[in-house]
Amino acid sequence: MSNLQSQDYIRISATTVTPPAARSWEDQVAKLIDVTRCIGCKACQAACMEWNNLRDEVGFFEGTYDNPLDLDPHTWTLMRFTEYENPKGDLEWLIRKDGCMHCEDPGCLNACPAPGAIVQYANGIVDFISENCIGCGYCVKGCPFNIPRISQADHKSYKCTLCSDRVAASLEPACVKACPTGAIMFGSKKDMTDWAGERVIDLKSRGFENAGLYDPPGVDGTHVMYVLHHADKPSIYAGLPDQPKISSTVEFWKGLLKPLALGSIAFGVVAGFVHWITAGPNEVQPEDEAEANHLLASKGRPTADPSRSIAEETP
Amino acid sequence: MDLTRRGFIKLTGASLATSSLSALGFGGSGAALAEAVRPFKLTHAKETRNTCTYCSVACGILIYTLGDGAKNARSDIIHIEGDPDHPVNRGTLCPKGSALLDIVHAPTRLQVPKYRAPGSSEFKEVSWDWALNRIARLMKDDRDKNFIAKNAQGTTVNRWLTTGMLAASASSSETSYLTWKVARSFGMLVFDNQARV
Repeated sequence: MSNLQSQDYIRISATTVTPPAARSWEDQVAKLIDVTRCIGCKACQAACMEWNNLRDEVGFFEGTYDNPLDLDPHTWTLMRFTEYENPKGDLEWLIRKDGCMHCEDPGCLNACPAPGAIVQYANGIVDFISENCIGCGYCVKGCPFNIPRISQADHKSYKCTLCSDRVAASLEPACVKACPTGAIMFGSKKDMTDWAGERVIDLKSRGFENAGLYDPPGVDGTHVMYVLHHADKPSIYAGLPDQPKISSTVEFWKGLLKPLALGSIAFGVVAGFVHWITAGPNEVQPEDEAEANHLLASKGRPTADPSRSIAEETP
Repeated sequence: MDLTRRGFIKLTGASLATSSLSALGFGGSGAALAEAVRPFKLTHAKETRNTCTYCSVACGILIYTLGDGAKNARSDIIHIEGDPDHPVNRGTLCPKGSALLDIVHAPTRLQVPKYRAPGSSEFKEVSWDWALNRIARLMKDDRDKNFIAKNAQGTTVNRWLTTGMLAASASSSETSYLTWKVARSFGMLVFDNQARV
């Protein structure tokens, strides 16, 4: 078995139980997208559709190179084109391959309420398990990069799998293999980080002083990383978040409120049980009965028959 | 169902307790987890090397077909990707090459020779034999009529200038060599290849 075999889970949505793994830690994989070498040919997009058997309806031209205009359940990766005028007044055509970033701390997985619908393998890939998905859309809200899309056909959420089926067979993802300029690379996270370092040194020597690697610490790093010529302002690349982090609503709800609420429920159960053991159930005492009859009599109403028990009165 | 108020409260409490227990982590997420990664679809597919049909770069491709080639199994192309052992593209492909599977199965794909007679407005299906015979006949007639053996100075030139040949680009060096030999042995000078695009 390969060390890229990805059957080992390290995290599963909506459950605190992670199956124990006898095998040792796997290599962390990563995809490096070198935006500076991309020519925007969309071979990655075509290869992704071909491998994953995704075919959408033919759309319409909207006056932009982005085609289709946005990610959808049939488009797991998408080239986003930006015309950027740099401070020197020159036009730069920035082309970014958008898609799942496979965060080390995935917002989608944190937000997901369906047990086992989102998993993270030991190699770092974050995968959606469709048959456990309930289509609630929490992952869409939880994602700092706005990636998952809910299908109207089967009401399940879809995104890039980093070709987990290919990686499990020790192959590179389809987009990586297709890329004719070598702008997309795949390997261990360390190798990709090292290679990115070489690219950054090269770019800096060519006058891109702010060139750098995009591996945002806000989500503990990602398994899809970018080499950017302007790493100081990622947002110029079609809205790549400058400092992505999981939304505070998800953090508050899942990180604080959920454990707190579960704790109070557990406390309620335990306290109830203890009370039942020590104090026992609350029963109507003869003096309560007498008091009630006294109150009824004072208002001129017929008093309850003292021979009848309380239980029989309850409908 | 005859449900008393007390019974209803008991039932609600029990369901709440059950869901709370699973939310607290007592209980797995089911057998479905074992099925996580999509099964690798090429495990036993037959792999065939070929050349991309599109442009002059002539990228090497791997064609994966359904079935292992057994007598009763009918092959069907299910996947195409770049050939990593091919020196031209080393596994990569352009967007058109990456989408080759769809031209293989396209209903509009040309699969048989078609002939449009002079003056006719439509193509009709013909057999390969008919098409090849007709091409050979026309070439022979034209060459017999217009072949130039010697130029004005009396030098032997063996030229045939009235017919040209446009060769396919998706060819190996060996195929290209043979094509060149055939065309030049006719004396054909108008000879080109899509590799110039």
